[in-house]
Amino acid sequence: MNNTKPEIGLLRFTTAGSVDDGKSTLIGRLLYDSKSIFEDQLKSITETSKRRGNDEVDLSLLTDGLRAEREQGITIDVAYRYFSTPNRKFIIADTPGHIQYTRNMVTGASTADVAVILVDARNGVIEQTIRHTFIASLLNLKHIIFCVNKMDLINFSQEKFLQIETEIKLLAKKVGANNIHIIPISAKFGDNVVDKSNTLSWFEGETLLQLLETIRIADDYSDKCARFPVQYVIRPHDDKYHDYRGYAGRLSGGKMYPGELVTILPSMLVSRIKSIDVFEKSLPEAKSGDSVTIVLEDDIDVSRGNMIVPSENIPQVTKDLEIMMCWFNEKPLMIRGKYVLRHSSSEVKCMVMAVNHKININTLEPDYKDQNVKMNDIANITIKTTAPIFIDDYKKNQVSGSLILVDEATNETVGAGMVVK
Amino acid sequence: MNNIKIDTRHLRQLENESIFIMREIVAQFERPALLFSGGKDSIVLVHLAKKAFWPGKIPFPLLHIDTGHNFQETLDYRDNLAKELGCELLIAYVQESIDKGRCVEEKGVNASRNKLQTVTLLDAIEEYKLDCAIGGGRRDEEKARAKERFFSHRDEFGQWDPKNQRPELWNIFNGRKNMGEHFRVFPISNWTELDVWQYIMQEKIVMPNLYYTHHRKVFNRDGVWLAWAPFMQLKETEEIVELDVRCRTIGDITCTGVTLSTADNLNDIVSEIAASRITERGGRSDDKRSEAAMEDRKKEGYF
Ligand SMILES: Nc1nc2c(ncn2[C@@H]2O[C@H](COP(=O)(O)OP(=O)(O)O)[C@@H](O)[C@H]2O)c(=O)[nH]1
Repeated sequence: MNNTKPEIGLLRFTTAGSVDDGKSTLIGRLLYDSKSIFEDQLKSITETSKRRGNDEVDLSLLTDGLRAEREQGITIDVAYRYFSTPNRKFIIADTPGHIQYTRNMVTGASTADVAVILVDARNGVIEQTIRHTFIASLLNLKHIIFCVNKMDLINFSQEKFLQIETEIKLLAKKVGANNIHIIPISAKFGDNVVDKSNTLSWFEGETLLQLLETIRIADDYSDKCARFPVQYVIRPHDDKYHDYRGYAGRLSGGKMYPGELVTILPSMLVSRIKSIDVFEKSLPEAKSGDSVTIVLEDDIDVSRGNMIVPSENIPQVTKDLEIMMCWFNEKPLMIRGKYVLRHSSSEVKCMVMAVNHKININTLEPDYKDQNVKMNDIANITIKTTAPIFIDDYKKNQVSGSLILVDEATNETVGAGMVVK
Repeated sequence: MNNIKIDTRHLRQLENESIFIMREIVAQFERPALLFSGGKDSIVLVHLAKKAFWPGKIPFPLLHIDTGHNFQETLDYRDNLAKELGCELLIAYVQESIDKGRCVEEKGVNASRNKLQTVTLLDAIEEYKLDCAIGGGRRDEEKARAKERFFSHRDEFGQWDPKNQRPELWNIFNGRKNMGEHFRVFPISNWTELDVWQYIMQEKIVMPNLYYTHHRKVFNRDGVWLAWAPFMQLKETEEIVELDVRCRTIGDITCTGVTLSTADNLNDIVSEIAASRITERGGRSDDKRSEAAMEDRKKEGYF
């Protein structure tokens, strides 16, 4: 029995790469070599591989999802995979590499801690790599791991790898990505994915899985940027809890304590936290990520869409915001168009006031002329809301710094935004 | 067997996420209901709902789609649970859908009412004017589920369009819809089978006895052990034997495989699952019919 193992919890990562870079093979390899594949799954893909005339088992079939894509041989959306090793549990957001790519990767990255970006060793850094790196850094992922894949096709050449490594480092610097890791691999043959490669013995770093197992996801939000959007009010109305009035929500960024002086937005009323409750008990503190119920000292009116924050650190309360917007819909963004804006637990209407610039995500240059924001475009825009919302810079707090736009007519989610100001 | 040490931190992270979803459901929908099958996943859902709204009661009813082919233990467990929680219990019967001619009973030895449940479910959603059905689907269960959203939109026919799902970013869930449409919401999307069992063990959730080893009349069909019940037709080559078995998932009797097992406590069950080399759906005949079986059923409005 092993009692000394540290509790490290979950790691969520997203995978990116252009079509045929070997993403599916890599994920299949990770699952296979870490023994996360079940016998019946293996049997099923072995049979399919044979039917298709492949000699070896095609590991990419493991992550093959819906029928349409099985028939077309492509992946259409974000799919989630799960595996665990004795050291950690992993959730993979697997996003495909075709045209709709930007929106899919933004979606996958929005819930990830780490991005794994594939680079074909024969091609080095290409436009797509620039795009993937930019998105990972825009979404503020804590680490980016570059897997230089298909090393077998360049004879496991160290010289070529070093060249690509230099290109990647330059790129990372340009987009401002801090924690990067670069590993030479062959997904097809398993080199440096789970097991250390003999052929790539010149590489001294860790294998991909070793890195994923040990990488630290420090909670780098400052303690004072705690945000508690109220989701729901709990009022039992029974004899025992007749006067109970608790505010249910999930804390983001930092901690909160009973006794702490807090401000309620938008009313700006001030109170103290009386207790932080979870099922049948109260906690001495709530940490970022905890779903809890907060009871206040004073009897004030708080409802869904309100936010409880430490009085000494209040977010910006505003109707005017500047955001980086990734557009998701076939109908382009309309300047002066009206949308429903969803932010934490609140919903307001908004109007797009201006497109300030678009980002050319292949060159990373801002484009001040083109105002036409189409699907998969990323642009800096200004919007005005009908009621104030409570925001922080996305880099400071992901929950108070992110929002989506919804088309009022179709109810579709048409854009995802990150607050930059 | 060894005592198992559970990494409580990842369970806490999963629980936090699921409770968040439960609260979003009641905030965003007018009349949600929790689909209760008596299976372990729906039992965990109920437990999470209980925690999410404490000290209040669970603010939505439980809905059981009753195929009529149940394990008696499941029905007893269901009734007790609803009573204990003070929850409204809605029951919709597949038999009624058949009687009304809404669907036709399958024939032959592999006949199952599993697929017919879709009709009954959609009718119940309409009858009770539900705008959200909370399900225990998990993405790791099956390929077609891997792309399922937490908030899964269904059109006015209850259908799922895998190509036209709303993107889900961060923890912002878009439950807006038009009249007649509804949502399926899956709060434990990110849990694996092992997570579910570890959580049951950590939370000391009382489970139906079917999950523990017991002596039962079973027969083997195409390599899968199935529980025998009087209404099941046997092929000539099949014979009934009594063995020590337990269920890994519980659904309609006709398509619930059982595993030979001596596990009589949660610790042993968790060890058994951790060491298992076959997926839980490996024992469900409903998924074996074709490689894309689940996807087809989901499109029509299955759970
Ligand atoms: N030689 C070689 N081929 C690879 C490697 N990784 C993937 N492939 C092949 O590249 C093709 C595309 O791989 P796949 O995983 O489907 O790419 P995806 O489109 O990125 O998911 C397949 O034929 C794979 O067998 C590798 O490391 N070496």
